[in-house]
Amino acid sequence: MHSRLFTLAAGAALTLVLATAQAQADKTLVYCSEGSPEGFYPALYTSGTTFDATSRTIYNKLVEFERGSTQVVPGLAESWEISDDGLEYTFHLRSGVKFQSSDSFTPTRDFNADDVVFSFMRQWDPEHPYHLVSGGSYEYFSGMDMPNIIKSIEKVDDMTVKFTLSQPEAPMIANLAMDFASIVSAEYGQAMLDAGTPDAFDQNPIGTGPFQMVRYVPDERIDYVAFDDYWAGRAAIDRLVFLITIDATQRYNKLLAGECHIMPYPNPADVQAMMDNPDITVMEQAGLNVGYLAMNVEHAPFDDVRVRRAVNMAIDRDAIIDAVYLGAGVKAKNPIPPTIWSYNDAVVDYEYDPEAAKALLDEAGVQDLSVTLWAMPVQRPYNPNAARMAELMQADLAEVGITAEIVTYEWGEYLERSSKGEHDMVLLGWTGDNGDPDNFLNVLLGCAAAKDGPNRARWCDEDFEALISQAKQISDVDQRTDLYEQAQVVFKDQAPWVTIAHSVVFMPMTNNVQNYLIDPFGGHVFYGVDLAE
Amino acid sequence: MLKFFFRRASLVIPTFLGVTLLTFALVRLVPGDPLEMMAGERGLTPERHAELMAQYGYDKPLLEQYGLYLYELAGGDFGRSVVTKKPVLQEFFERFPATVELAVCAMFFAVLIGLPMGILAAVRRGTVLDYAVMGTAVTGFSMPIFWWALLLVLFFSVNLGWTPVSGRISALYWVDARTGFMLIDSLLSDEKGAFRSAVSHLILPAVALGTIPLAIIARMTRSSMLEVLNEDYVRTARAKGLSPFRVVTVHALRNALIPVVTVVGLATGILLAGAILTETIFSWPGIGKWLIEAVRRRDYPTVQGGVLLVATIIMLVNLLVDLLYGVINPRIRHASERT
Repeated sequence: MHSRLFTLAAGAALTLVLATAQAQADKTLVYCSEGSPEGFYPALYTSGTTFDATSRTIYNKLVEFERGSTQVVPGLAESWEISDDGLEYTFHLRSGVKFQSSDSFTPTRDFNADDVVFSFMRQWDPEHPYHLVSGGSYEYFSGMDMPNIIKSIEKVDDMTVKFTLSQPEAPMIANLAMDFASIVSAEYGQAMLDAGTPDAFDQNPIGTGPFQMVRYVPDERIDYVAFDDYWAGRAAIDRLVFLITIDATQRYNKLLAGECHIMPYPNPADVQAMMDNPDITVMEQAGLNVGYLAMNVEHAPFDDVRVRRAVNMAIDRDAIIDAVYLGAGVKAKNPIPPTIWSYNDAVVDYEYDPEAAKALLDEAGVQDLSVTLWAMPVQRPYNPNAARMAELMQADLAEVGITAEIVTYEWGEYLERSSKGEHDMVLLGWTGDNGDPDNFLNVLLGCAAAKDGPNRARWCDEDFEALISQAKQISDVDQRTDLYEQAQVVFKDQAPWVTIAHSVVFMPMTNNVQNYLIDPFGGHVFYGVDLAE
Repeated sequence: MLKFFFRRASLVIPTFLGVTLLTFALVRLVPGDPLEMMAGERGLTPERHAELMAQYGYDKPLLEQYGLYLYELAGGDFGRSVVTKKPVLQEFFERFPATVELAVCAMFFAVLIGLPMGILAAVRRGTVLDYAVMGTAVTGFSMPIFWWALLLVLFFSVNLGWTPVSGRISALYWVDARTGFMLIDSLLSDEKGAFRSAVSHLILPAVALGTIPLAIIARMTRSSMLEVLNEDYVRTARAKGLSPFRVVTVHALRNALIPVVTVVGLATGILLAGAILTETIFSWPGIGKWLIEAVRRRDYPTVQGGVLLVATIIMLVNLLVDLLYGVINPRIRHASERT
């Protein structure tokens, strides 16, 4: 009986090995992704997981970020001109760009200006036949203030489109390289409308991009094939599979077992073992993010700049980077990461000096201060362990006589309450959207965001605001750089935050993956990637 | 029997209503709303937030929202997910086959191993075998699933390479979802090796999920068998000179199975509600993981609809078990008819 059981088990094991060993001729790149996309029309959503599966595979934008950099390069627009007053943007479109096809749609024409107008008007015009399809909320389009910035979008001729703005907006080109600006097919839109199935437009995507989505099994996998007629040249791989694997430990196990080639977001504790493994290559790059501690300047005594400076001196950030980021972080001194242009390296940071902090607090007349210190309940790219970080800060603050009570809420509530300014000090962070300094300095520290917005310090400084507003109005990069550099000096002097760290992004992959580049925006881009035989 | 059925079935409607009210209220008591969760650190301006709340109808009085929800429900409309914008019913049925497949295989594993274990332990009561079986059962029952599943993966998938780490089928196969049951779909597909791949992907999740029911079944079978083995008719059967094997399997087991069937039925009901940990670890696209994600994102329609559908399934399974119990054991049926 026993030997028979054993034979059975051994037989079963052998068939398994054979099954997994069966290879196919196609070059298939398997990516163990961290979650399911919310849908397949990127403008409706805000999560990077969705963008990886849509705008970074299926679609193109008028302008694109060069792979692995924050540099804007031509995409579906070959070239563009900006009028002297900074109000008119004229785009000359690329000719001969093909759309993908599917069982339900075969394009009859190449990409043209109608597609560009369709893509933006859907998000902007409440009367557009697609505006309300799939819920009709376009959070990035409105979040980037497009409805107020854009005055009109017109088709000049088949291959030319003109955007007219109501005010100069220097980051406009970078905004158009963002995921929400993906270009879809107007012809496909009309076809689905005629067929009475506009929902299908968002669920079965048709784009001009390097990969065509052929199947999606919710929570399980997404299958893509290389688009043969891709305008920039066919992808080096034939098939791309996203295997949705939520658990980071299991992604690592799958990488070890050869079930996937690349995985995102490893557990920080696993990174060293991955680096030591000769079968795995770990790429790393400083992320386009910042983790910070914001002090609510509306709550005394944080209205006093001396107290804010004292807190900056009281916290030992080197210890935090070792203990919380496990070394995978770069100490931050500016609110923008060093990979963004206009980063001011000349800014002098506050040194860790508890004695000087105590002296400053005495000078400000602050004694026996009790504050709340909010710690996020979730792991984010810019802060792997906020609870631990808060504990370290609590101890540091106690050294200078500040009693900090650690407070935490469930994530949704945390965001809501902190945007309303209920905290004294709050831990949070940001990952950049478009590589423009405005996307950090204005969004996180501008006056408009100080009232119930993302400006958690609720800090509104006249000098700072004047500098960043002016920089937003001019398109000359040198002049803008100068203004942003000055703004960073004001920021450091006024110290509304303790700038903690820019985390390092790790991408583990098997050794046969070639030409992968880490996307500074935190995305995962597979065009240009190859597999060694 | 019919009276018994109606008595049981009449409880379904109030339970159903209770579930709708409870999920509707609970999901709204949780702080944060779906729109804020989607916006994340970016946040929404209060104006934009109000605009979106109005668009989704979340600005209306709660009672009105609830009434509207029930009205739509009566028309078979479970609403659309705030996140994916797809109908909740469609999302549910895209995932339910995966849950059923896993639950059935896990129960199959649990019964296949648990039943003989329990019988052996009862027959060899007090021996080393008995202690070994019961020791294993207690260990299995107290095993944290998360840890146990990861241990299985590390040993069988990473170290030995016998089974795949997670998923339902190898990335190399293209199997069209015709029924949603991977075992059936892979058999129907003309891809060579797809079925084997599907089976191999099922083994570890089924073992991990089946471990606790296995332990329960083994213990239940043992105690139930011990009771029956002391009955007069078993002694009579032995005295007649029947072989021990026949006494155990034919005379004792049939009667000992009654409580075991109930346990199996109830456990199946629970497994059909989705197994969150197992689904998460093995990237199994079932309804447990789907619901948890919906709660995390405050996707009101999905949580409401999903919980309701799960509750309906559990109610149906319980009803079935009650009826089955009545069929197996006439005393219960008659008792309920007398009262």
